Amino acid sequence: MSGDDKSTVPNGTRAGTVEDPILVALAGQPNVGKSTIFNLLTGLNQHVGNWPGKTVERKEGVFQYKGTVYKLVDLPGTYSLTANSAEEVITREFIIRERPDVVLALVDAAILERSLYLISELLPLPSPVIIGLNMIDVAEQEGIKIEPEVLQAALGVTVVPMVATKNVGVREMVDQVDLLVHDGDGYQPKMPEIRADHREVLDEIEVLLDGCVPEPYSQDWVALKLLEGDREITTMMQGCMSEEQWDQVHQVLRAHDDALVAVASGRYEWIGRMIRAAVTKPKAGQIGLTERLDRWATHPFWGLAILAGILAVIFGLTYTVGAPLQDLMDTFLVSGLQDLARTWLGGAPGWLADLVVNGIIGGAGAMLTFLPILVIFFAVMAVLEDVGYLARAAYVMDGFMHLMGLHGKSFLPLFLGFGCNVPGVLGTRVIESRRARLLTILLAPLVPCTARMGVIAFLAPAFFGRAATLVSWGLVMLALVVLAVSGVLINRLVFRSQRAAFIMELPLYHVPNGRTVGLLVWQRSIEFLQKAGAVILPISIGVWALSVLPGGDVEDSFLAHIGRWMEPVGSLLGFDWRLMVALLTSFIAKENSIATLGVLFSVEEGAGLAETMAATFSPATGLAFLVVQMLFVPCVATVAAVRQETRSWRWTLFNVAFLLIVSWAAGAIVYRLAIWGGL
Amino acid sequence: MSDEERTCLEEMPAPHTVASDSVPLDSLLTGEQGVVVEMAGGRRLLCRMTSLGFTPGAEVTVVQNFGRGPLIALVRDVRIALGRGEAAKIYVRKDAP
Repeated sequence: MSGDDKSTVPNGTRAGTVEDPILVALAGQPNVGKSTIFNLLTGLNQHVGNWPGKTVERKEGVFQYKGTVYKLVDLPGTYSLTANSAEEVITREFIIRERPDVVLALVDAAILERSLYLISELLPLPSPVIIGLNMIDVAEQEGIKIEPEVLQAALGVTVVPMVATKNVGVREMVDQVDLLVHDGDGYQPKMPEIRADHREVLDEIEVLLDGCVPEPYSQDWVALKLLEGDREITTMMQGCMSEEQWDQVHQVLRAHDDALVAVASGRYEWIGRMIRAAVTKPKAGQIGLTERLDRWATHPFWGLAILAGILAVIFGLTYTVGAPLQDLMDTFLVSGLQDLARTWLGGAPGWLADLVVNGIIGGAGAMLTFLPILVIFFAVMAVLEDVGYLARAAYVMDGFMHLMGLHGKSFLPLFLGFGCNVPGVLGTRVIESRRARLLTILLAPLVPCTARMGVIAFLAPAFFGRAATLVSWGLVMLALVVLAVSGVLINRLVFRSQRAAFIMELPLYHVPNGRTVGLLVWQRSIEFLQKAGAVILPISIGVWALSVLPGGDVEDSFLAHIGRWMEPVGSLLGFDWRLMVALLTSFIAKENSIATLGVLFSVEEGAGLAETMAATFSPATGLAFLVVQMLFVPCVATVAAVRQETRSWRWTLFNVAFLLIVSWAAGAIVYRLAIWGGL
Repeated sequence: MSDEERTCLEEMPAPHTVASDSVPLDSLLTGEQGVVVEMAGGRRLLCRMTSLGFTPGAEVTVVQNFGRGPLIALVRDVRIALGRGEAAKIYVRKDAP
């Protein structure tokens, strides 16, 4: 994070105007309903980006209340604030350096004790905290009774009971923020006490640290983090102190290197004392909804059956709802626009009309038709995540993932990859182990993304008619088998069969929130359209230009020359130069193959692209093309994500070369088999 | 042994003197309860475990354990899925049935 000059601004000096809004940070453990609150307060007035230098999503938005303007920053969900992951570092660095006027800390009322662990870490930081006691309805269903006033008195921090999904208590919470910002003198939290056996050690460390702790960190906090063995802070202090000074600190720390667990226990003891009076829990034995559902969802057999069923529903929806919509858009939107442009540009020079009709509308327009399929996929994923099912999917897939030296958590990013490989690669952040993460990243591009599925859905019916569904299914299975085999091989040969730790929360099931799901789908779709505008449009114009220059004839164009030069490699699979060019441009974006073929085949008027292709190539070539398309080098966006996440060109190039070889080998084998089989 | 595990072991505090009446969590059957006595593992794993609710003194119920594959434990009202290897690093004193 950048060392902003804002860090020196003391609390409460922001004006609360558009130019100088009150800064509010939203913090909480994962699954406490942060996004619901964030969406309720900011609506569409939000901006999604990345934290500087990190691959963690940063969401911020603006809202107004009682004439004051607030800037709300959604901090990443974290269980604690010890530097184990980028999320934890981002959260604490933001609070320490940017000094938000208020930290809105959400806790889950149904699991209050564990939820408050993060609060025990937030309170010692410089910004005042307001606690949103979310999901009191779920807690009540579970028979848990909480008295917010008692909790508030114990913690010395405002506690607002709420049910974010029903918009209950959110206004009251903002009222409390307003109150705190305009009259912050009343804020006097009860700090988590340090256990007596640690107080002495901490004092000892603090004496040694005196005068060495850099701004804006507090000495207390640094000492505690050192005792916990926090790597970031340890490295920082090592850099700030002379060798002798550090040696002394190091000796004290070594004598107490088991303090981590003891410090954590101390926090839970403090939490226990804080909530004892405020919470009444039922006697164990009551069977909740989550437990009943999990008997099926996490069962070694039924859990897998349910997961398979959900996958089947997703693909079913894609084909029964998404594909026809895509056809409709193709017929009415793309062709309609092309006709319109032709008439409209009737008087303009021929090349201009050609550029607009084939280069722009034919290329980028074709990609827009993928939107219905993407929206379906985004929506299903958002619902599954909001319900809490994804963690169960990871759990039941753990055994299978073990074959590849991975564990269940790697299943989530791979599953996300079905939508688009980029979020799949970025999603590997949930995996703590570097090695497991690297392997998952390398495998992620083998998951057939919607763009590739779109290409398959477009071409398969043309070549195989009624058997198209079977062929598509077979191609997906082929990709997954190749993924599994590659996983086993890379793990055995490159990583020598190591294994990573698997520990994750299975959140309570929730009824999905329409607003949260809707906004997520909206954001992802916008992202896709922006990508379409920024990347695909110039590329399709470029491909168009290469296809008409220098003479205006495709057959003699630069593109044809490139394709012909590479044709010998393609002839192994029965490809001609046009298919080679289509594959080349699919490196920019998978769906480009269709756009490129659209441009290259536009000479033949009358028949649709799919029919023209089926008439030009044999089914064996068609099948080989689909296989290569399925397993080919990932698109440039995915390669960029792989580079960014692995932070290594070596691994990125390894990945690209590996997929190039695998796709070509698989394509050649399938082509020979198909010819042998009489296709 | 893997690099990762090796670094974990190096980071580990001095050899544990685990109380004789404690057993690893993965040996508890579905429905059995216990109290955490001791935890082993590298700093990262320990940090993960404690922030998810496992600390000495915490009550644990095994919600699902099929004898192979990962298991589910209930700790501080939260359901946590753990691999067998991770569960074996948490020692508990089993409650009398």
